[in-house]
Parts: sequence; C-alpha cells; structure tokens
Amino acid sequence: MARRRDRARGAMRSYRSQAAQRSGMHRVRAAWNRLPEPVRRFGPALLVLIVAVLYPYYLSSLPTGNVPLIYSFPSVRSGVTIIVFTMMAVGLNVVVGYCGLLDLGYVAFYAIGAYTAGWLASGQFQQVRFHFGSVGVSHSAQGIHISLWLVLIIAALVTAAGGILIGLPTLRLRGDYLAIVTLGFGEIIPQFVRNADSLHGFDLTHGTFGISPIDSPGFGNAGSHLGLPAAYSQSFSADKLFYWTAVALLLLTIVICIRLRDSRLGRAWIAIREDETAAGAMGIPLMRTKTWAYAIGAFFGGAAGAYIASFNSGAFPSQFSFNISVFLLCMVILGGMGSIWGVVIAGAILSWLNVEGLANIGTWLNDNIFPASHQIEVAKYQFGIYGVIIVLMMMFRPQGLIPEARRKREIEEGTRGSMDEPLYEMRGADEAGAGERGSAGAIPRG
Amino acid sequence: MTERPLSTDGDLLVAAEVRKEFGGLVAVNDLTFTIPNRSIVSLIGPNGAGKTTFFNTLTGLYKVTDGEITFDGVDVTDKPPHAITKLGVGRTFQNIRLFRQMTALENVLVGMHSRLKGGIIGSVLGLPRVRREEHEAEGRARELLRFAGLRNVDEELAESLSYGDQRRLEVARALATEPKLLLLDEPTAGMNPQETTTFMNFVSKLREEQPIAILLIEHDMKVVMSISDRVTVLDYGEKIAEGAPQEIQKDERVIEAYLGKGANQ
Repeated sequence: MARRRDRARGAMRSYRSQAAQRSGMHRVRAAWNRLPEPVRRFGPALLVLIVAVLYPYYLSSLPTGNVPLIYSFPSVRSGVTIIVFTMMAVGLNVVVGYCGLLDLGYVAFYAIGAYTAGWLASGQFQQVRFHFGSVGVSHSAQGIHISLWLVLIIAALVTAAGGILIGLPTLRLRGDYLAIVTLGFGEIIPQFVRNADSLHGFDLTHGTFGISPIDSPGFGNAGSHLGLPAAYSQSFSADKLFYWTAVALLLLTIVICIRLRDSRLGRAWIAIREDETAAGAMGIPLMRTKTWAYAIGAFFGGAAGAYIASFNSGAFPSQFSFNISVFLLCMVILGGMGSIWGVVIAGAILSWLNVEGLANIGTWLNDNIFPASHQIEVAKYQFGIYGVIIVLMMMFRPQGLIPEARRKREIEEGTRGSMDEPLYEMRGADEAGAGERGSAGAIPRG
Repeated sequence: MTERPLSTDGDLLVAAEVRKEFGGLVAVNDLTFTIPNRSIVSLIGPNGAGKTTFFNTLTGLYKVTDGEITFDGVDVTDKPPHAITKLGVGRTFQNIRLFRQMTALENVLVGMHSRLKGGIIGSVLGLPRVRREEHEAEGRARELLRFAGLRNVDEELAESLSYGDQRRLEVARALATEPKLLLLDEPTAGMNPQETTTFMNFVSKLREEQPIAILLIEHDMKVVMSISDRVTVLDYGEKIAEGAPQEIQKDERVIEAYLGKGANQ
C-alpha cells in the first residue's frame, strides 16, 4: 500500500513540476527559494511597510485625477480609515478564521470601543471634571479627559471584557445558532447607544447625536523634547500623524495575531475549528478557549473603534450598522479565512472601495467610458458589487486571495488523501449505524 | 447478574451502575465495570450494544443519566471532557477524528495542550520560558510520532495520510495527553490482517513501556483474545459476561448474542 502511495505521489509531483515549468513561474520561484530564509520571511512584509509608511510623502507626486480606473490615489485621510478597518478585519479573523466561530455582530465591539473613547476622552459627562494626561484640551474643560493612548488600551480591555460577557452565554452554541445570536448582539448594542440618552435622566450616550468632539492623541510637553507632536488635532499634519499611528497599530495587531496563531492557544483555536468534539477530548477547554478567541477579537475591535472615534472626533450610533459586520466578514472571506496577509490585503482593498474607491471608479468610468447621456453612479451599487465579488470568489477561489498556508496545501495535495479511502468505506458501511450514534451526533457539554 | 470482580483494590477506573438513555432508548443499562491498573480490558458485543456510548460517558462526551464514574480516585461523573483528559484519560475515535488541516506534528501538539502552560502574554511577548516549552514539546511530539511508527510525515497534513497512518496518528495524539488510561475505539477497523498484527504488537509494546491501562473496543476476536487480560461482553447495553478470554469464548450467552440461539447445539 505504501508503495502504491509513493508512486502516486511521485507521479503527481512530476506532473506539477512540468506544469510549473510550462508556465514560466518555475524559474521565478526557484530564484525566490534561493534567497536566504529571513529575506523570504520578512522581505515582502517589510517592503509593504516601507511603501505604506512613506505614502504621505510620495502621494503628492503621484498623478491625481483621471488615473486609469482608480481615478486618483486615496488621500492620507482615507488611508487612516482604510487601515483601521483592516485592523478590525484582522481582529475578526481571530474569531472567524482561526477559531471557526461565525460572528455576525462584530460591529458591537467597534461600537463599544468607540463609545469607551467617547466616555473617557470627551466632554460627555459635564457633571465632572477629570483630566489625566490629556493633551490639547483646556484645563478648565468639563468632562473626563484621559490621555488617548491610555484610552486606547482601556477601550481594548473594556471591549475584551464585553466580548467575554457576550461570549459566555453564546459560545455554548455551535455554527448557525451562534451566528444568529451574535447577529442579535450586533443589533442590540447600537440600539442601546441610540436610546441610552436618558437612563433615569442620565445621559449616557447622547442618543442619535452621538458623542462629539472626542480628544486626539498627542504627546504634550513630554514629547516636544523628542520632537514629537504636542497634540495631533492641533498639528497642521494631523492626518499624517493619525495615518502613521494607524499603521503602527495595524502592525502591532498583525504581530500579535501571528504570535498567537503559532502559540499553544492558536493551535487550540484551529483544533476547535477542525473538530470541536475531538478538541475537547484532547484536553482543550472549549468554552475558555473560544471565549479567549472572542475576547482577543474584541480587543482589537475595541482598540480600532476607539482610535477611529478619536480620528473622526466623534462616535455616532449610525456608524454601527449591521452592514459593517458583513463588510468585515467579507474582508475575512475574500482574503482567505485564517490567513493574516490575505485578510490584510482584502481588508485594504474592500475598505478602499468603501471609502472612496467605488466613487472614484464611477467617476473614471463616467469620464472615459460611458457617454454623457448614460452616466451611472457606481457607489449606489456598492452592496451589489460586494455581493458579486463574494459570489465570484466562492466560485473561482473559495480559499481566498492568499489562502492560509494549511488550506493551500490541502487544495494542492487534495487528491492524495483519498488514496486509501475505499478500504475505510467498505468497513464503514456495516459500522455506520453504531459509529454515527457514537460520535457524529455527540454534543459535549463544553 | 453474577459479579466476579477480578480485583477490588488497584482499580484505575470504576464505573458504578452507569446508565445512559437517549429519549426512551436505554443505550447503557446500569453497567458496573472496572479497569485494574496496567491491564488491557476489552469491551466486545454486537453492533449497537452500547460500547461506544459507554466509552463516551467515560470520557465526559455524554452526560450519564444515572450512576457514578470514578477515575483514579476522583469522581469524574459530571466533569467535561477536557477535565477528564487532564486527569489522564486519552482516547481515539471509532471514525477517525483528526484535525484534518493540521500537520501530524500539530495534531500531537494539540494533544499536549493540557500538559503545557504557555499563556497569552508569554506567547505574544515570546518569553524564553514559553519558547523553550514549545521547543521541548515539539521534540517530544516528534518522538511520539516515531514511537507510533510514523516516519517522514511530521509536516504532512493529517488528512493526506494513509488510513493506517491516520489510525496511528490518533493513537500518538491520544498518548500525547499523557494518559493513565487509553481508550481505543475499534483501532483496527478497516485494517488488513498484516496492519492489524503490526498494530497489536504496538499496543503490547505500549503496555510494556508505559505504565498505562488500556480499554479496547474491538470486533476482531483474534485480537481481543490474544491481548486482553479481561473481556467484558455487552448486549443491549447490559453486561452479559465478563472474564478471562478463554472463559468468554465458551460462555453460552456470548455465543447466543453473537450467533443467535441454538448456534452452539
């Protein structure tokens, strides 16, 4: 049997290498493989990072207006939003991609993060005057004004705690049921903030008006010695500062997620995704491990929410629609569930389309392709367009743009697994009854 | 029912009057059962006799309807699967349940989960303590793969392994939990006679080299009779016979359950 397998394996390999040579990819790949390991590992990421960090500098020398298809490059301001949404997608990827928990209410974490920033760094609570390390805020200003750096951490922790609270009752559910309950929470939280403007007369969220303005991060006098900006909001290059900080936050998120994926906890998440029952039987505490995934996903969602609230200088209930949850989920699916780099790329593309890409593409099409009598407004069809993208992806590349390494291997080597299957089926037929009852329908009390 | 306990003290696992009902169906009917330390006990019976159900109650996958299970002096009746695994019960599944998209090595590392300590902060910061632990765990996992007879497949995805190798990997993964009791649910199902022999040699080797007890569900009578210290026969969720292999082979109720009434006349 082993020999048969080896022969099949050999045949597969030679077939594949022939195909690779024909396509000409072979030589490029070989050259790439000759590079030292650290270069292959960190090279592409470093390159992307440099291109991203320097973006505000070379943006002004890029052509503007009527660039083919994309019309113009995104502004630095749009860049901040794009990056922060990408960060949320990377956070959601922990929940959906690693642990396999379908979360349709991720927007709740975004909202909790944004409102935590609103409460701790604005004039929302006029009854009190509490300042702690805040910069760019008049000392006599009422309200709670805590340094936004601290607020980012607090918001992340508060949201993680919120994730645990939401997770404890819901994570006992599996699959579709979990998705529906998370959907519910994703609706409850925005509804709550919309209506919590008079809790026994106490104005917690300022209702539909939202909380605004929210303080900016900054370094105050302490930073001025190091040449750091006193306060982002008072700097003429505020957008750039927000942009670089967002890049740093995204980078931190990616590093943490990669570290976690390769840790004991990450293995446990993937094991739960693969087979929850077996994972439990191998000593993985299901509830605790799933709750951690939820909490960590929430952590990044909260930090991103707080940051974008500060950037927009406001948190409004209308920002937290169900669409955002779906939109973020699309990024994860498009990128490849579980694949960090895939999610980063898909997140960047989809957020760009959302922020300005679709409108720009529409402008370009109207200027160059469609006659003046048949102008269309592409941005109007945005959800139709996302839908088409997802359908096409599912048809032609279900594993995502950059599949998770293990999934890619599965698809490349898929034929090999079935080699010895008939043996099992033969035996499986007369055992089916007992087997099914034994384990397939098992519902452990995680 | 005539009870004939082989050993009263030194029992690793004691199941007392365990009952499991699914709706109106009694799958396990007040079963009393013990596993002595370092023994190989086999559980046999016709299809649907409740063997796997009983297995699942032992590992916490099913909640018992009634009865009590004590493992290593600890009451595990209502404990969740992961807690029972941590106490030292490792298992394999009848219909292989590997983590299909994880490599063989990762599968074994998942088995070590409850024996490792690396936490979130340590992993994120890459503390030397956590790195060392991971490194050592990987070394041990590779040893276990060798021990289970898996060569050159460490980095292969579990689902791409041959059937026999998948069975071996399940055992390696179960051993990674460092069990005191290993539950094997039809480990030789679907194996050819040669593979079965190899596997049984492996189980014997296992018992010699490690201080563990083994509970085996098996249909292959040659296997059961050759390696078991004791055999328990189930039918319709009830224990119909228990004893040394030779005794079981002669037991009328057993022959009746397997072959039907009058088969031995």
